[in-house]
Order: sequence, then C-alpha cells, then structure tokens
Amino acid sequence: MPDKKLFGIAALFDSPDSIIKAAKKIKEAGYKNYDINTPYPIHGMDDVVAAKPSRLGYVTLFIGFSAAAFILSFMWWTLAINYPLIVGGKPFFPLPAFIPITFEFTVLLGVLSTVFGMFAIVFNLPFNSHPLLDTEYMRNVTSDKYGAVIEADDPQFDEIKVKAYLKSLGGNSIELIFQLEDVKQKVFEPKFLVFLTVVAILSAAATYISIDKLMYIPPFDFMQNQKKGSAQAESSFFTDKREMRKPAEGSVARGFIPYEFTGITDTNQFYGNPLLPSKKVLELGQSKFLAFCSPCHGDYADGSSRLRALFPPGPTLHSERVIGFTDGKIYNIITNGQNIMPSYASQITREERWSIIIYIRVLQRAQNPKTSDFTTINEINKESGNVQN
Amino acid sequence: MSKIESGYIKKELPKKIGNIGLIILVAGIILSLIAYLTDPARAAFSYLTTFIFLISIGLGSLFLVALEYAAGAVWSVPFRRISEFYASSVPYFILLIIPLFFSMHNLFTWMNPEVVAQDKILQGRMVYLNVPFFVVRDSAIFLIWWLFYALLINNSRKQDESSDQSLTGKNIKLSMAFIPIFAFSISIISFDWMMSMTPKWFSTIFGVYLFAGSTWVALAVLTLSSVLLTENGYLSPKVKRDHYYSLGTLLFAFTVFWAYIAFAQYMLQWYGDLPEEIIYFIHRWTGGWKYVSLILVIVHFIVPFLILLPRSSKTNPKILIFVSIWIIAAQYLDSYWLVMPDMVNNGLTYSFSWMDFAFPLAAVGLIIVLFNSKVKKHNLIPVGDPKLKRSLDFHL
Repeated sequence: MPDKKLFGIAALFDSPDSIIKAAKKIKEAGYKNYDINTPYPIHGMDDVVAAKPSRLGYVTLFIGFSAAAFILSFMWWTLAINYPLIVGGKPFFPLPAFIPITFEFTVLLGVLSTVFGMFAIVFNLPFNSHPLLDTEYMRNVTSDKYGAVIEADDPQFDEIKVKAYLKSLGGNSIELIFQLEDVKQKVFEPKFLVFLTVVAILSAAATYISIDKLMYIPPFDFMQNQKKGSAQAESSFFTDKREMRKPAEGSVARGFIPYEFTGITDTNQFYGNPLLPSKKVLELGQSKFLAFCSPCHGDYADGSSRLRALFPPGPTLHSERVIGFTDGKIYNIITNGQNIMPSYASQITREERWSIIIYIRVLQRAQNPKTSDFTTINEINKESGNVQN
Repeated sequence: MSKIESGYIKKELPKKIGNIGLIILVAGIILSLIAYLTDPARAAFSYLTTFIFLISIGLGSLFLVALEYAAGAVWSVPFRRISEFYASSVPYFILLIIPLFFSMHNLFTWMNPEVVAQDKILQGRMVYLNVPFFVVRDSAIFLIWWLFYALLINNSRKQDESSDQSLTGKNIKLSMAFIPIFAFSISIISFDWMMSMTPKWFSTIFGVYLFAGSTWVALAVLTLSSVLLTENGYLSPKVKRDHYYSLGTLLFAFTVFWAYIAFAQYMLQWYGDLPEEIIYFIHRWTGGWKYVSLILVIVHFIVPFLILLPRSSKTNPKILIFVSIWIIAAQYLDSYWLVMPDMVNNGLTYSFSWMDFAFPLAAVGLIIVLFNSKVKKHNLIPVGDPKLKRSLDFHL
C-alpha cells in the first residue's frame, strides 16, 4: 500500500513495569508525539509522561455559566417582563424559587457539554474514527498487553530508527499503523451543510410567514375575520351593545324540569315514585346506590361507613323513622341534601334517584321481613329446584 | 514501618508559637472576664457564639478522625494526628459550658415564666425545654463525646509504640458507634442552644446545617496545619500534591454541601412563609442584618467556591493556606449570624461590641496552646499505623 500515509509505529509490552520503563526511555530520547495505551490506568504513568491536564474543564465552565445566565434571564423575562405573573404571593422575580431550576440547568448543560466535548476531542470531529482503531495493536492493548505508539509527525521520526529503538526497549509485535484513507463524512461536506442551512431557514421563514403574517392579510384572513359576533365584543347592532344575547324571559332549557319542592317540609305535597319495581330498575338502583350512597350509609344501608374516621358516618336507613319516610321525602333528601349530606342533583339523574329509592326499600324489607316473604322465597326455590329447609 | 522509612523526625514547634498562644489565651480570658463583669447579658451571647465555633472545630475534628476509620480512608492517615490534636478541646467542653448554664436566663425567652404563662405553644414545649432536662441531656452529650474522644485517641496513641493492628480494628468499631451518636447529638446541641433561642421556630435540617459547617471548618484547620507543617518540614517529606489535592477537594465538597443545606432550609421556609417559621429569617433580614446575611452568602459560599474550583488551586499550598484562613473566619461569621440576631427575642437590641473579639481571642489561644502541648508530647504522624506506608505512597 504505497499511497497510504504512515500514522505511527506501535509496539507491545508484556508487563506494567516494562511499559513504565519504556515510556520513561521514550521520553528521555526526546520524542514528543507518542502515546501509551494500557488496558487499565497504571499508577505512576501520569508522572512519567507528564500529561498536561485536560482543557475540557474550561468547556464545562463556560457552558455551565452561560446556561446559568441564560436560564435566569429567561425566567426573568418570561415571568417578570413579558407576562408578569404573581405566583404564591411572591414578587415578580422571586430569585430563591428560581435557584433550583438554575442549578439543575447548569448541571445538565455542564454535563452534556462535557460529554460532547469529550467526543469531539477523542474523535477529532468531524471524523468518527481513529487510525489506531481496528488494528491488531488496539485488540491487544484493550485485553492483556501494554502498548506504546510513536507517531509519524514527531520531529525525530525515522521509520527504521524507531522500529529498532522500540525493539531495543523490549517491545514485540512491532506494527506499522497507517492513516485512515481520507474519507470525509458526507454529512459534513460544505455543500450539504449549506443546503441544510438554507432549507432550515426557508422552512422556518415559511412557517412564520404563513402562521403569523399571511393569516391577517386579505384574502387569507377569512378565518380571522368572520361575520359573526364574538362573545365578549361590543355589538353595533343591538341597542344594549351586548354581542352575547340573554335568554328570553322565563325560558327553560330543553329537557329541564324544575323541582318545585325545595324548602318544603310537608311530606304530603311530594310526588310518589313514578317507577315500579322491576329487575332492571333494581339493578340500576343497586349500582347507583353502591356508587354514591354506600360510602357513607354502608353497602347494606346500615350506616357502616367505609370512610371510617375520615368523615362523619351516615345514619342507618333501617331506623323506623327512615322506613316511615315517603318515597318523595327520600327523593327530596337526595335532591337537596340534608344536614351535612350534600345535594346529589347534579350527579344522579331523576330516574336513578327513584331507582335508588326502590333499592333502599328492598334493603329495608330484607332487614325486617314479613312471614309471607319466607313462603314466597320457598315457592321460588321450589320452582327452581333449589330446596332449602 | 520504621520511623526512618516514613521520613518523619519528631520536632517541637518553635517556642514562639507556644508563647504567642499563651499570651493570646491569657489576654482573651482576662478580656472575657471583664466582659462578663461589665455586661453579663451581652457577654452571654458573645460567649455562645464562640462556644458554637469551638464545638465546630473540636467536634468536627473528632468526626474527621472517626470518618477516616469508618471509611477505611488511606490517604488521610498522615494528617489524622492533626485532627486528633484539634479534637483535644472536646474534654474541656463540659467545663466551658458551665458559664453558659448560669447565663441561660439571658439567652432564652422560655426561661422567663411570665412569657411562658401567656403562651400556650410554649407551655406545650416545656416538656422538652425545661432547665433540669436541658442541663442533664447536654452534660450527658458532652460526657459521651469526651468518652469517645478518650477511647479513640488512646488507641491511636498506643499504636505508636506497639504497632498493633488490632487497635485499628477496635477504633473502626468505636467510630462506627460514634458516627450515629454524633449525628444525633449535634442535632440536639444545635436545637438546644441555637434553635430554642427563637422558641417557636423549628427546622428539622438545622442539625445538618451545624454539621456541614463544623466539618467544613474542621477540614479548614486540618488543611491549614497540614500544609504549614508539611511545607516547613514537620511532617513526612513523602506527603505530596496528591494529598493536598484530596484535602482541597473535600474543602470544596463541603463548601457546596453547606450551601445546599443552608439554601434548602431557607427556600422552604421562604416559600411557605408561615409566621412561626419566617420570623427567623425576618430577624436576619431587618436592619443591618440584611447585609450580614448577604455577606455570609458571598463569604461562606461564593468566594471559597470560586477559589477552590480550578484544579490548580487545590494543589497550591499558598492558595490552600489562604482559603483555610478565610474559611475559619467565614465559619465564625456563620456562628455570629446564627446567634446574634436572636437577641431581639429577649427584648435586647443588638449593637456591636468589643466583646465579640475577646471570646474568640481566648478560643484561638486555647486551640494553639492545646495543639502545641500535644505536639510536644506525641508524634505528629501516627507512626505505628498499618496503613501509613500505603498512605504515603498515595497516588490519585
């Protein structure tokens, strides 16, 4: 391969001691561009090669401070200048509340910039590879050998001398390492970058113009300027200057039936139950009772609240007083509430309320059965062949 | 490891240091006595400030010794003796607290029966804040600290002669027992002596706040003496930049830790803005205290943070000496800021007084005299420690 440029000459060593000795001698011989690769950090190597401290820290410092400055001014502008907003009775610019965000943002950008900065340095961006990668040498030094490379751009470099020198230090498997073929990544070709930039700017401009400008210019403003009244606008047509009209006097919403017994205690005035007991009605009543009534009154309406100690328990519905209530009275209680029980009018529909009442009646009857009930049950059981007693 | 291998030769400190320490101590004690005789109420506050500062250094140093054993740290072994010497003020706490016990009525409003009689919340707190229980529990804590100090240091000194490895094992167990006790007791001390000055105020993180500050200042005195002693050839010549770097990094870490804790305490109470909580910060934001609070943020956090941020400053002896002295001063300012604004609670008005220099003078003198006398008697490096060779070969 005559047209390939030499990157450097590598040699392998067998023990940490030999690599430290070799590194010392390479340095003493006056080589400047050389590198040592070991499978793990070797104590004392830093002193031998006297590696300069990395300058990556400056990247982190700069980006970190910029991030802090940016996010603080961003929060200041949004919450104190552009749209002044009072949060929690604090000033428009509550510095202590912003410090955690500033801190987090500084750390986030500091860390990200460190990672990307490291990539940029290691890969020598825009390249994404290194001549040493994918060589026999790298395979060895990442497993169980210790290696030294003297690079071809060293001022003292001479292929034959360096080979002999590395051998004299006790190095084996001397390997010539070549520069990568000059394959530039397509992504970073200037033409493509320019194209990318132009497309980005054009599409951003097109979006901005069409959404923020064009829509207010005739004839594209038909969505903005419709011939209609807006709710809060002043009307030039109506004499009271209201765009939004009031409903006509005494009008009632469709399907709305007013409940005229609010505040009335005379039980005789209430309606009777319009529903008759049926399986469907009972199932509806049971499901709504379990959803809305049982948390306080208990699953069997015996006042055993599920919300023990969290909320005052509801009374039992098996007391003689409640048994004595007419259906209309119970309906009135569900609709308007009683004592600390709130109104359920908005949660339970009329039909559901009447169904619940029928279900309550069933629960009450189950607690205080009549003798005739047992004969009925026995008859039903006999019919279904399910005989007990 | 023999003494020759470690390169350590036992030397006494220059006589000048002992003499200066003694002069400062005597002058401080005389001035403090005058202060107590002229204005006992004002002097009590000054004394408490200094006492908190002294606890920070002594107890923080004892914690660093225990921390080294518990964590099995290797690099810090050559410096452990220095922390042990600074911790030698711990046995004197029980004596030094006695004047404070007698001036409690000047410090705490809850000692005043008239105030308590009018306040239902305070009456509820009398279960904890009553004089007999207060005196007993604090004395017990100082005695426990003394006990652990005596046991730990005794084992460490015995090792110098015998080089017995089992002593290290014993000290590890002692340290493991001491650290949770330390965490609990430093909270109680901070609650009793500082938090109860604003009797209705409470902050559960307050003990951690004092812990952060005391470990910080203990590290600062440790760094200051280690660097000075190493540079002047009193310690092993094998102590290197890598040791300095580790000290500097710890200083940096605790600078940030203090700021984190202090801000966590401040922000939550500022946000909640509840009357019983915010009163603490209102006292520290009225009058001239506003500027002291702002200066504290700069002096206690921003300046040490920026100085210690670059890698190079953590290995530079001059910068380390400078920043250590700075930190010691900053921690005194912190103690001052914790104690002084609470004079308002007792119906006193704060004014600056020469006494605020008298008591710290005595404290500094005491520390120097104690340190000097310990250096005379004992080795500056734990020559019998089994980890010493490894620690002198320490590489980052």
